[in-house]
Parts: sequence; C-alpha cells; structure tokens
Amino acid sequence: MMKFFDKLFGKKEKAIVRSQDMANTAPLTEEQIQAIVSGQSPHFDMQQLVAGCGQSVGKQRELNEDSIMALTATIAGNSGNLPFGLYLVADGMGGHQFGEIASNAAIRSVSDYIMKRFHPYLFHLKTEMMEEPFQEIMLGAVREAHKVIQREAPGSGTTLTAALVIGQQVTIAHVGDSRAYFVYPDGRLDPITRDHSLVKRLEELGHLAPEEAQNYPHRNVLYRALGQGDFLEPDIFTVAFPQPGYLMICSDGLWGVVAETDIQRSVIEAPTLQRACQNLVTAANVAGGPDNISVVLAQLIG
Amino acid sequence: MGEGDSSALRQLQSGATLVNRYAIQEVIGVGGMGSVYRARDMHFPNVTKLVAVKEMINSAPDPLVRQTIVQNFEREANLLATLNHPSIPRINDYFTIGSRSYLVLDFILGKDMEAIINDTNGFLPEEQTLGWAIELCDVLDFLHKHKPDPIIFRDMKPSNVMINQKGDIILVDFGIAKTFQTGMKGTMIGTEGYSPPEQYRGEATPIADIYALGATIHHALTRRDPRIEPPFSFAERPLRRINPAVSAELEAVINTALEYDPENRFRTAAEMKQALMGVAKKTGALARIKAATSSIGQIDTIKPLWSFKCEDEIRGTSTVLNGTLYVGSYDNNLYALNAADGKFKWKYPTNGGVVSRPAAYDGNVYFGSEDKRLYAVNGISGKEVWTYHAEGPVRSSPRIAEGHVFIGSDNAYMHAVNINTGRLVWRFEATDAVRSTPYVLNELVYVGCESGDFYAVDFRGALKWRFHAKRAITSSATSSDAALFIASLDGMLYALDPRNGWALWRFRLGKASISSPCVVDDIVIVGASDGFIYAVDAHSAKEIWRFRTEHQVNSSPVAYKDSVYCGSVDGNLYCLEYRTGRLRWKFGTEAAITGSPFVYDDIVYVGSTDHRMYALLA
Repeated sequence: MMKFFDKLFGKKEKAIVRSQDMANTAPLTEEQIQAIVSGQSPHFDMQQLVAGCGQSVGKQRELNEDSIMALTATIAGNSGNLPFGLYLVADGMGGHQFGEIASNAAIRSVSDYIMKRFHPYLFHLKTEMMEEPFQEIMLGAVREAHKVIQREAPGSGTTLTAALVIGQQVTIAHVGDSRAYFVYPDGRLDPITRDHSLVKRLEELGHLAPEEAQNYPHRNVLYRALGQGDFLEPDIFTVAFPQPGYLMICSDGLWGVVAETDIQRSVIEAPTLQRACQNLVTAANVAGGPDNISVVLAQLIG
Repeated sequence: MGEGDSSALRQLQSGATLVNRYAIQEVIGVGGMGSVYRARDMHFPNVTKLVAVKEMINSAPDPLVRQTIVQNFEREANLLATLNHPSIPRINDYFTIGSRSYLVLDFILGKDMEAIINDTNGFLPEEQTLGWAIELCDVLDFLHKHKPDPIIFRDMKPSNVMINQKGDIILVDFGIAKTFQTGMKGTMIGTEGYSPPEQYRGEATPIADIYALGATIHHALTRRDPRIEPPFSFAERPLRRINPAVSAELEAVINTALEYDPENRFRTAAEMKQALMGVAKKTGALARIKAATSSIGQIDTIKPLWSFKCEDEIRGTSTVLNGTLYVGSYDNNLYALNAADGKFKWKYPTNGGVVSRPAAYDGNVYFGSEDKRLYAVNGISGKEVWTYHAEGPVRSSPRIAEGHVFIGSDNAYMHAVNINTGRLVWRFEATDAVRSTPYVLNELVYVGCESGDFYAVDFRGALKWRFHAKRAITSSATSSDAALFIASLDGMLYALDPRNGWALWRFRLGKASISSPCVVDDIVIVGASDGFIYAVDAHSAKEIWRFRTEHQVNSSPVAYKDSVYCGSVDGNLYCLEYRTGRLRWKFGTEAAITGSPFVYDDIVYVGSTDHRMYALLA
C-alpha cells in the first residue's frame, strides 16, 4: 500500500513519512487521503464517454443501404485518461448503384484510417504527442474513402457524418445529408452540420420556403457525396462536446421523418442511451418508416 | 479486392506501349476513372509526334453500369471526331483493351487554368483573364451552334481549360456522362460549385454553360475555389471586394453570367463575348483615369493625436494604466507618458534594451530588460519596488496571475516570481530560450521556447503536457472556447486542446510567424513574415480573408470593436474590418513597426522603430 502511495506521490511523500516517528505508522485517514488526492488531481476531472446506437431497414425499403459504427474507448496516458470515441453514419445513394457497398466501404475505410493513427495511443506505450492534427486525420480518412468507393463501386455514392471525440473535443467530418446534432437537456436540438442537398441550398438562398421544401421533387439530390466527382471537400470542424448534453448522428430516415420535438423528447426521457436509440427508431417506423433509419447517440458524463 | 483487381487499376508505366503504337512517357493527369498520359506515336518513327492518351478504367462490377460507361466513352470519341475548332482538341484514335478504354488526342504543351491560378502569386491580371474569357465564349458559341443539335459542354471549369504555349485556350474533357434519376438519392451532372442551379435539377442548356464560364472566370480572378464554397454563393464573394484591381465593367459582365435565374443571364455565348469585348475597349482608357483618382488619398490623411520621440527604436508594445502609457525603448529606458497628450512623466533607466511589453498591476509596472533583469516599478513615481535577476536577457513579456509574475528568459527558464517580494517561487526548465510570453488559462501556464517546444505547466511548476512544433515558438498563445492558438517559425498556426495538448488543426501560413494571434468572434487573426495578415475560422481552420502588407508582419494583431489593428515592417499601422479584412485606414510611420498596437478607450497606441510612440483615434 505504501509502495503504491510512493509511486503515486513521488519522493516528497516518502520524506514526510520518514521524518515522523517511525513507530507511529498509522494509516492515513480518509480525510487525509482525500486532501492529498484532491491536491494532486488534475484540474480537469476525469470523464466518461458512453454511447448507444440503433438501426432499422424501415417499413418501405427492402434493402438497408445505411451503415453505422460506434466505438468508445479510453486513451490511458501519463497526464490522465482521455475519452476516445469514433461514431459514423453513412447513407448509401439509391437503387442499382450499390449504395450499400458505398456506405459500407465508407465506414470501413474511414475507421481503418483513423484507428491506425490512434492504435499506438490506445494499445502501445506511446508518449510522444501526435503530430498530425485531428482535422487532418479526418480529411485524410474521408479522401481515402472517396477513392475506395470510386474503385469498388464507380458511379455510386454515400453520405458520411463522422465524429471523432477526444477528451472534450468533437471533430466532425461531414458530406451529404446525414446530420449531427447537439441535444441539450433544456430542449434545444441544434444541428451542427449543414446538409449538402440541393433543397437545403435553395432554402438557404430563399428560393424555396420551408413548406415548399417539404414537397420539393428533387429532395434527394445531393451536391456533395462521398464517391462522387473528382474533387471532394468535406466540411471539417472541431467543437466542444456539449456538457450537459448529447451528440446525435443520424440518417435522413430519422431526421426527415420524426418531428424535432419528438426526437428531443425521446433522447431526454429515455433511461439509457440504448433505449433512446430504440425509441427513435421505433418513432421513425411508426411514422411510416419510408427510408432506412440509423442513429448514434453519445454522452460525456462527469 | 483480389490482387488481379488492384493490378488492373494500376497506372501504365513509362515504356509501356499500347496497341504497338503509343509509347507511354509519363502521367500528366489523374481523374476519377483513370489517368491521362503523354505518349509518343510510334507510327512516326523519324519525328517525335506526341499525343495525349486518356484512359478510362471500367471497374464497375455491375454489367449495366459497365455498358453505360462504354457507351459514354464512345459518345465522347464520336463527338470529338465531328468537331473542328482551334480550341477543341483533335481526336486521332480510340480503342478498348479489356476493361480499359483509350482516347488518343493531340498533345497540348501548356498548363491547365487551375494550375496557372494555383501557381501564380497574387491575382492573375485582368487583361489575361479577359482574353481567355473571350476565347472561351468563342468556343462555347461554336458548340452551342452545332447542327443538328447544340452541344452543351456541361463541365466548364479551370481544370478543363488548357492554355497552350501561345497563350490560347483549348477546352478538354468532353466526357461528361452520368444518368440522372429523380426519386433516388443522386447527384447532378457537372462539377459542384461551377454548375448553375438548374443543372442540379438535371437541366443542361447553353445558358448553363454561360454560368459555368462566369464561375470559371470568377475563380481565376479571385483565387476562391467555388468547389469548397456552398453552391450559388458568388454573390457573397463580390469580385472587386476580393480583388480590387478588377474593373467594375468586368465585374458587371461576370455578375450577369452568374445570375441565379437563367432568364437574367446572357442569352448566348456570342452576346457575352460582345459584352467582354466592350470591357476590353473601355478599360484600356479607364486605367489612366483610375490612377489619377485613387482613393488612397483619403486613407493617408490620418493624423496622430500626439507622438513622442525616444532616443532609440521602439520595438515592443505599450500598455496603459490609470491614464499613463508605459513603453520600453531600445535606448534602455522605460517611459511613462500621459496617455491623453503624450507628455513625458518619467523614465526608468535599465542597462539593456526594453523590447517587450510592460504589465501594469495594482499600481506597479513590471517589465523585463535585455540586462537580464525583471523590474517592478511604482506606476506613479517611477521608483523601483524590486528587481529580479533572470540570468539571461529578458525578451518575453511578463504575465501576471494569482500573485505571480511569469516571465521567460534567454537562460531557457520560465520564472515564477512572487509579485510582492520579487523572489523566485519556482522556475521551469525549457529546452531553449523562452521569448514567448506566458499565457494563463484555467490554472495552467502556457509558454513556448526557441526549440519549438510548447509547455503547459501548473501553478507549482510541474509539466502537464508538451507539444512540439518544427521550429521556434516565439509568439504567445491565446485562446477561445474552441482552443488554444499559437503560431510558430515553422510557418504554422496551431490549434491545440488546452487540456491535453492534442492538435486539433494547423493552418499553413506563407512563412514563419512570431506574431501572437488574437481571437474575436471565433476568427483567429495572425501575421506572418510573408507580409500577410491572416484570418482563419477557429473551428474549421478555413481561411476567411488575408490582407497583404508590403513587408513582414511581426506585430501581433489586436481586435477592438469591429476592427483589427496590426503593424507591419513596411512602417504602416493597418486598421482592417475584422470580418472581411477590408482596409479601413492605414497610418505610415518612418520605419518598421515590430511591436503590437495597444487600444484603450478608442485610442490606438503604437510604437515604431522610427523612435516614436504614436497615439491615433481608433
């Protein structure tokens, strides 16, 4: 036990113990330990990242062209433990053009690229700081996936919304019309991504009113998609994880079908994230389930 | 994927010969479906006849998709074979080997317009771009008048325009072919950013090509790539705001071509050509008028409220406390001046240059000197309170927090000194001289050093984390909710997580920087030795604007109200709108400004190496 404390607090602690009467070696009281620990503990407290996910083919499609990925871990380091999370949703583009191949390739290729970068930090005793910034890793991953899709299923494409959580920072890479939201306990549901769809752009420019947008015939036209075109510029940015709050990533099978107030309520009222995801999927199916449904929810506790 | 597949995707190597005729020399372009090669036509053994061989690899597993791709390929070949125009490449041959199809075209010795834009420093001259635009109208007019059916190019963009050695344009890549389906999630035909709104709905008309031509010229004149901007956002990037050298006449023509509603654009390419010819004629005369009525006259009339002359250069920054301005000079003195009128109050002599920025706190002024000392002096009387020996020249500025003065020294330590007694509390060993000013946030002290290391140290002097840049970090950190920002001599602006030092992003500056960034409204603004002041989005690292000065920017920008103030070695103090980078005014001094301005109560204070301290209305 003392050895453990020595390790924890270094030589100074040892010197204090030695200077005292050696016969009197009563263990430290709980208060004393707490005082020492609170004095030693980092100023940024340890946090816990948790996540849930849900998926459904929906009620009107035969094929699931969405792909998801949710990976939560901890980077154990000398200066404390860091929450690590990688959450992806990809929605493949329709019909005979192999949307499911595209969304699958996107998820696998992006995860592979990112996890290779973080592998030494998660599984080896790596102490040097990573030189490559998060945003460059995300960009590299998306560009690689773009090439893979063009090779594996030319002509096809997919949306991709990816979130890399390290500590309290969320780095998002986004292409297409899947969405990332921050959901706050006070009822706000803030989309943090911007759809790369024609209808959204026309709405932004004021050429379409929101109610017209609902029935716009070219609702599904994307102007940016993974696998499409020679040049791909994903939206990449870093924001602080909402605390308190949730990160939600979903395909349009959820956000285009379930009203925002219902999404917000499902998330906040559910006892667990996993249950919240199930409730969201059910809500989309109850509303007709016209498209594949995918959702990932994450929360940073502490 | 099996090995066979990946070998099928491999580029042809130089030395390979296709159909016993085309000897591949090198790859000159790479597209989504294959490469373009320069090859020699071996049917002309006695002369070197070069050709461009465009390859298309059909690796689609689905037979229907494969068939469509082949049909589109043949359509491009057949189309090119029927066209005869100096701006359209001639096709010599086409053939298919296994899953690869090839078009053999005239080789164009030159560069594509996108490469020219990227390789040019600053903006392309208007006349040159105008010339290209006129030639592009010509070739579009030719295509649109094609009989029996007009040909719509559908993919006008800089990378599809080659400029040959004579400076003439040649349109390349007639290979657009994607079927458009409604109902399914799909994309449009053409290239995002250059294509007009109606093309996203699947309509392609001659007027769509006119929009894309407008977008191409807009890109050439502004260097703003529309592919990384939201579609149809040209109106948010007015030509002349980004490149003031463009004539109002040309801007008007490009705006007409870029009208959202096709009805409001030019009806034909010929009509647009006429308008461009009109610009060419007019601006020739206009150039002379413009020089005479320059608007710079107004900008130069800024007069200082007061100025004060020291005995040597002012290289550092000033600070104001209770109506007194404190500034150090290379003449070894710290000066106290009346901030309202510049009247001399007192000076405190040290034995070395005072090049950093004094800190004022609780009636005292704290400053370092190249004589290796940190001084605490009474702000009113100029009497010494204490001095601290830092064992090396002090070029870092003091930072005061929690009863400590934190300061770096060239002896490779950051010192934490008790603010009342001037005694050392602890010191932190860096790997090289510490010239960066410590920055305090959430009970951590952040400081850089000349080896490129950047440290986060807690209030007891224990290292929390370390970040390493490739070259010195002389500038100081700043932070927003988003991150901690630092610039380095390695030419990067870094965003780090203040809690753990992981890098969120880095932004490449043109050259090394010793300027400390400032953040306002999630815009990070910093100077660099390439002469630019940069503004970068704090979350996405996207450049928002850059402003060119005439020399290195070593000064640190300061935001105040809706402006940002920054000095340059060109001798000017610049006042820019911080959201757009637009110049509000500039004030010229007689020599380089290396220190940073200080703004207080609507007055900007700046020192210059012309030995003077200036006060200007903000």
